[in-house]
Amino acid sequence: MNNVSAVKENVQISVKKKSQIADIWKRLCRNKTAVLGLVIVILLVLVGILSPIIFDYETQVIKTDYSNTLQPPSAAHPFGTDELGRDILIRTLYATSTSLSIGVVTVIVALAIGLVLGSAAGYFGGKVDMIIMRIMDIFLAIPGTLLAICIVASLGNSIINLVIAQAVAATPKFARVVRGAVMTVRDSEYVEAARAIGAKDATIIFHDVLPNSLAPIIVQTTLEVASVILSIAGLSFIGLGIPAPMPEWGAMLSASRAYIRDYSYMCMFPGLAIMITILSLNLLGDGLRDALDPRLR
Amino acid sequence: MSEDIKKDLTAEIRDLVVEFRTDYGVVQALNGLELEIERGKTLGLVGETGAGKTTTGLSLLRLIPNPPGVIVSGSIKLDGKDILSMSDKEMQAIRGKTVAMIFQDPMTSLDPVMTVEQQIAEVIKLHEEGGQAEALKRAREMLELVGIPGSRGGEYPHQFSGGMKQRVVIAMALACNPELLIADEPTTALDVTIQAQVLEMMKGLREKYNTSMLMITHDLGIVAEICDKVSVIYAGRVIEHGTLEDIFKNTRHPYTEGLFNSLPNLEDRQAELKPIKGLMPDPSNLPKGCAFCPRCDYAMDICETQKPGRTYRNDTHYVECHLYNKDNIHEGKVKSR
Amino acid sequence: MIKFIVKRLVALIPVLLGVTLLVFFILDLAPGDPAKTILGEQARPEDIAALREEMGLNDPFIVRYGRYMFDLVQGDLGTSYKTRDPVGEEVWARLPNTIVLALTSTAVAILLALPLGIIAAIKQNTLFDGISMFISLLGISMPVFWMGLLLILLFSVKLGWFPVAGADQGIKSLVLPSVALGFMHMAAIARTTRSSMLETIRQDYIRTVRAKGLPEHDIITDHALRNALIPTTTVIGLQIGQMLGGSVLTESVFAWPGIGRYMIQSIQGRDIPSVMGCIIVFAIGFALINLLVDLIYGFIDPRIKAQYR
Repeated sequence: MNNVSAVKENVQISVKKKSQIADIWKRLCRNKTAVLGLVIVILLVLVGILSPIIFDYETQVIKTDYSNTLQPPSAAHPFGTDELGRDILIRTLYATSTSLSIGVVTVIVALAIGLVLGSAAGYFGGKVDMIIMRIMDIFLAIPGTLLAICIVASLGNSIINLVIAQAVAATPKFARVVRGAVMTVRDSEYVEAARAIGAKDATIIFHDVLPNSLAPIIVQTTLEVASVILSIAGLSFIGLGIPAPMPEWGAMLSASRAYIRDYSYMCMFPGLAIMITILSLNLLGDGLRDALDPRLR
Repeated sequence: MSEDIKKDLTAEIRDLVVEFRTDYGVVQALNGLELEIERGKTLGLVGETGAGKTTTGLSLLRLIPNPPGVIVSGSIKLDGKDILSMSDKEMQAIRGKTVAMIFQDPMTSLDPVMTVEQQIAEVIKLHEEGGQAEALKRAREMLELVGIPGSRGGEYPHQFSGGMKQRVVIAMALACNPELLIADEPTTALDVTIQAQVLEMMKGLREKYNTSMLMITHDLGIVAEICDKVSVIYAGRVIEHGTLEDIFKNTRHPYTEGLFNSLPNLEDRQAELKPIKGLMPDPSNLPKGCAFCPRCDYAMDICETQKPGRTYRNDTHYVECHLYNKDNIHEGKVKSR
Repeated sequence: MIKFIVKRLVALIPVLLGVTLLVFFILDLAPGDPAKTILGEQARPEDIAALREEMGLNDPFIVRYGRYMFDLVQGDLGTSYKTRDPVGEEVWARLPNTIVLALTSTAVAILLALPLGIIAAIKQNTLFDGISMFISLLGISMPVFWMGLLLILLFSVKLGWFPVAGADQGIKSLVLPSVALGFMHMAAIARTTRSSMLETIRQDYIRTVRAKGLPEHDIITDHALRNALIPTTTVIGLQIGQMLGGSVLTESVFAWPGIGRYMIQSIQGRDIPSVMGCIIVFAIGFALINLLVDLIYGFIDPRIKAQYR
């Protein structure tokens, strides 16, 4: 019995990366709630992309119509009209694109900065780690919402400031997650192997460490988009978010407060919109977490 | 052939079939397993990973996780009593008292937030008379018995080394003087020197209490050290069984031969290692005939289609293999060590 | 133990220093002239300039920050631009209200969430599990201010059981705000408790305990529970931060006279010192609560307790 062939037969065939992604996709699809979340998210994205195209901003979204104020839901206005005569359905749908786009941009910015800071801290450790994490700790010592409130309160109400505020609040969280993931991977054996054959630090970070740290980062990103959208709604609710007259769910809810007694329909739909958005993102994030975690299989 | 002699059996498993029903398919863990453990004796259960050794141990305690595990058919008797028909309460009375189990990884076998003496005292309070104070006293005695100072009883598991943790586990298992001790690879996670200590200690305790033991292992060295009889398990069935002498000196089954050949030969350092080719069959998709056939050097046509029956060499030794029948069983077809 | 607490308190100081510096810096970026805010838009330029000198507003950043910190460590949170009263007094007057709200909400959250999560884990994949986890999912997806509005709509406007806003009716006033704020946290804690419980039940040592013959319900109470609470405590700690942010919104919805509401009013009035004062109080509170959570952690997990000695 030839030993070489015996060894060959006993060696496992290495899994190609493509089939890994296929595996993850399969696992995700098996999770019904995650699929539901994904479907709703896709629908929301479609609404977000199409709303600015379908609805004319000037005439349909922000134009006031004093003859038509505070109409309850009807065939002409399925969600009713608000205190300035604007159609709530159209505004609710339009707000989707506002919330989603700000949410995504914020998270991208926070992720980018967080990636750099977190990888550096996690990979190099020591003094670099300590300095970066101390600074992050200071930011994290203020609850995120409060930090965002503080920044917007200071710099004023505008979309740019909103993005800055949310990004500043979100970056430390990403830095933490990235750092944790990087540290777990850094001490693993295949990184040792890479170092042993003389690979440079940057190469190791990009080719070995980051791709394998991806799972928690992806999950955090999804959940953070939800968190940012929720935060923006909250800020808009207290008047520190998207400046009027741009439609935003939180601002719409705030406006509905005064009319809650007799025109209660006004507070239903924007709130529902927020909830559905956050819910679907959370379902998706949870599903991704389960699908990406090999330990659960 | 051997049924005429009435044996005093602590444990008896007949024709046990256990399946794991998962989303990915049905896994046949045990396929008609037969096992006998005589009182005061130690049976070694030898096989590769995935052969069904741990499942066998768990089934003696009726601890097979359900879902997804299901005991489909067969019988398990402890001390002559059928445990498959017992209620949960009756089983709980048996576990820890009549039969106890030591698991493989000592690092994770102990509750991290409870002191070690509390954990030993717990099983004592459950099954024996007396209150907390007596149980703690007895717990400390057990610790001394396994070589740990009783004064350390108030410490937590993380404050002990791997070898000492395993001793705590052994102390816990023997605290109520069980009739049957199931040890699932108790020394695999330990250093070799600690292994030897733990084995010696187990032998001593066995002598002292006349405990029957099921030693589950893949290490033939341990088998030679501590076992009286050996069952070799492959793909959920016992394919060869006998005394130490039967198995070591009169090996019959090609798989058993393969196990011995996988060990390096100290006498002939130049000889090539002879691993068994191939891998264990997929337990959710077992071959139609003999489970070992695809890997067997001696395979014949009949092996692919028909499962072999039992052939006895003497009162204690039998093998399930098409190579053998009543007539040729006395000359081995495979090399023995 | 005392040594540990003192050590942690001391370690807090650089962090709080950093926080004050950060917040001071952010608020300093605000456009607008505080002197103008105080004297009004119509004031004469000379008066404005004089006030600026008097308030030291023309000094460099470091000097102003130093002056603020000097006052701060003596307990002086500055003077409100609006009322010209010490910020400290305003904050102090409102602090108890926020604390009451926070405590009640947390109690509501934990008392509901723990049993919910534990039972859901034990009865995994049954109807109870499905329903409670669905409710939890809703809870973490619902904005707290919407929850508040809905509660007001149902229980105040339609049913009239509770007041719409304010804190004048004692316990009755407290109910809706606590439920609104607590529900969000109950949801998060329930989910974590459940998943942590499920994880714990799968551990090897639970199998060992079962092999000892312990009945199932004793396994849960004597072994699984304590171990499962460890990650849950961490989540409760993380939730505190969210809750502080949520309390600001809740106070806004219910016109609850706490620090959060005061802070929003100050923002709208461009009253920088008051805003600063509020945020600092929040930051200190947050840090202290985290310390408390860490101590509780140590009580539950003996491995951590060892580090605390």
